Amino acid sequence: MLLEVKGLNKRYEGQVACEDVSFDLWPGEVLAIVGESGSGKTSLLKCISTQLGFDSGTVHYKGADLGAMGEAAKRELMRTQWGFVHQDARDGLRMGVSAGANVGERLMAVGERHYGSIRQTAAEWMARVEIDPARMDESPRQFSGGMRQRLQIARNLVSRPQLIFMDEPTGGLDVSVQARLLDLLRGLVRDMGLAAIVVTHDLAVAKLLSSRIMVMQKGRVVEQGLTDQVLEDPQAAYSQLLVSSVLQV
Amino acid sequence: MQHLLEITALEKHFILHLQESQRIDVFSDFSLTLDEGQSLGLAGPSGKGKSSLLKIIWGSYQPQAGSIRIRHRGEVVDIMRASPREVLDIRRHTIGYVTQFLRVIPRVPAIDVVAEPLLERGVAPEKARQRASELLERLSIPEKLWKLPPLTFSGGEQQRVNIARGFCAPSPVLLLDEPTASLDALNRARVLELVRDALSAGSAVIGIFHDEAERLSVCSRSLIL
Amino acid sequence: MTQINFAYLNEQTKRMIRRALLKAVAIPGYQVPFASREMPMPYGWGTGGVQVTAAILTPDDTLKVIDQGADDTTNAVSIRKFFARTAGVATTTETQKATIIQTRHRVPEHPLTEGQILVYQVPIPEPLRFLEPRETETRTMHALEEYGVMHVKLYEDIATHGHIATSYAYPAKVASRYVFDPSPIPKFDNPKLNHCAALQLFGAGREKRIYAVPPFTQVISLDFEDHPFEVQRWDTPCAICGSGTGYLDEIITDDAGTRMFVCSDTDHCATQAALKAGPNAA
Repeated sequence: MLLEVKGLNKRYEGQVACEDVSFDLWPGEVLAIVGESGSGKTSLLKCISTQLGFDSGTVHYKGADLGAMGEAAKRELMRTQWGFVHQDARDGLRMGVSAGANVGERLMAVGERHYGSIRQTAAEWMARVEIDPARMDESPRQFSGGMRQRLQIARNLVSRPQLIFMDEPTGGLDVSVQARLLDLLRGLVRDMGLAAIVVTHDLAVAKLLSSRIMVMQKGRVVEQGLTDQVLEDPQAAYSQLLVSSVLQV
Repeated sequence: MQHLLEITALEKHFILHLQESQRIDVFSDFSLTLDEGQSLGLAGPSGKGKSSLLKIIWGSYQPQAGSIRIRHRGEVVDIMRASPREVLDIRRHTIGYVTQFLRVIPRVPAIDVVAEPLLERGVAPEKARQRASELLERLSIPEKLWKLPPLTFSGGEQQRVNIARGFCAPSPVLLLDEPTASLDALNRARVLELVRDALSAGSAVIGIFHDEAERLSVCSRSLIL
Repeated sequence: MTQINFAYLNEQTKRMIRRALLKAVAIPGYQVPFASREMPMPYGWGTGGVQVTAAILTPDDTLKVIDQGADDTTNAVSIRKFFARTAGVATTTETQKATIIQTRHRVPEHPLTEGQILVYQVPIPEPLRFLEPRETETRTMHALEEYGVMHVKLYEDIATHGHIATSYAYPAKVASRYVFDPSPIPKFDNPKLNHCAALQLFGAGREKRIYAVPPFTQVISLDFEDHPFEVQRWDTPCAICGSGTGYLDEIITDDAGTRMFVCSDTDHCATQAALKAGPNAA
């Protein structure tokens, strides 16, 4: 098992963000956490990915208790075995440096010291996310929203992580751009055997990317199961509302 | 367990929370068994649960009570109580499902759509594509289309790609939801041929057939719902 | 007139600075926060260096102050005069005769010896700031030795200019642990920091940080395997002394753009010129 979350609770100033959340994630699995804004899904993602502390419960990664893990070890996980794709690519990229340097940073962070090979790997990854490697010396500021998002993905995947967290990865993009990105992500997740946790309010994203869905409402998990189970035969009233209001199944 | 598939005391209803919690009963105390090489044709008016039964066996509909036990990799597993991972593994290795419509995945070429079930079992890509091209050829999909995503194909072509995908990996249990609907006579015959091949290879089939003659021609048993 | 305390700062302040200095020497390259005082000169004029010098100065010391290698620029002259007046110490322009050398932007060409102290004036002590503006984050990065981002900066140099174009304030790693900013000295001077016999102290007044490189400590400039660290070179020797060993400044001599290259270290230039003229010339 890659990730094991048990009884996780998180409150902000008396407000419940996550209440008694438990789930497992296995290598290669993609779990979508769906729910409307304020349902606690982003808080949950931040708690699991160690960006936010939580009040009670445990999170184990490959058997190691993240709560007992030191800051150094957690940060090392974050830049080697994990990836985090932010909704706004500007939060996940260094906008002040070139696209190539953005992709190469993780390599340099783990001690790669050969400029030529860093550049070579960065170019390969840019091609893999469908950005012309000839543009690797340009600033991400010159890229479109969809390109920035793909660059952010390359920057995360270059270290060949095993688990990637995504917070509304297609949010704010045009529909056609979204489709291309989702398709790319789907292929990468499959080819690399990546496990992923995707937070989204968009059930179409969940349908295309995930094998499992967890529906959250007011900090609680109201339903979880295989993606087609939740989409085709939602049990909870709230899941039925979500499915009926967003998607024709 | 003697049987390949054994459904016991199945209870399935839908509660429509958004429509004053209206309850729709689909199955009540429903039981069924199926063995290797057997074929069961489902018949009856629409809305009586033919497709629902396939979805329940596939695991995408969740019944309230009963059990659906299947022999999977030499062990008996209850699909209703299996973990999501186990259900996915059963789908990968034990149950094949030809749905009514192709779930179109953008940008993936037809040949890879068809080969995917084999690829998921870890079969080498060349071997999987070889099998996929045989099926596409049998279902008369022109070779020039194989490398294109099926998104732009006609309805009939998409359906034949879907059937090819369903038959690509040999499965002990095969679920067929109107596989011959909207096909011409030649391709209908080819599909029925594929079903017979699967049966003689030892697969068990549960199918919904639009046409009674077709159903009777491939099914050893019929169940009117 | 009220008597000013020796070297201007009161004893309490000097003790505070000395404690910071001791810590800095104990953890080479680590930036120690200190309660930087207002000095009778503006920030950017070396208030950090002046406070360090004031804290370590004794009546027996001989002080040399250089600015861009020169003893005779306004900044150097005024700081030298400041200590001559407030501490009454001897001053010199000769590198070898000084016990304390306060510097802005250069390391003297003449090798420093044991017992000497080099005090650097530092504008921005944080080498990571270029890519990470948050102080809380840069401190964590130092604590966890997360220095990958320094190579991102060098990568950008090569991607933009074809070679590492950073020519001053070139980052280096001290004693295989902390990455630090050697202050805006030319990278020509970086090799002099490595295993230097003198004690090197760095003071940043506005940023309130002190750091140090103890004598005979390893200082390695960051680079890539296929783009190794290199220092500047000139095709011509110094136009005044004829020496080819020092760091040269470019000087425009007329409106037509005529240029000459001369030693930036004025003491070194004078010494070399005297050697060339022979023992009888003086």
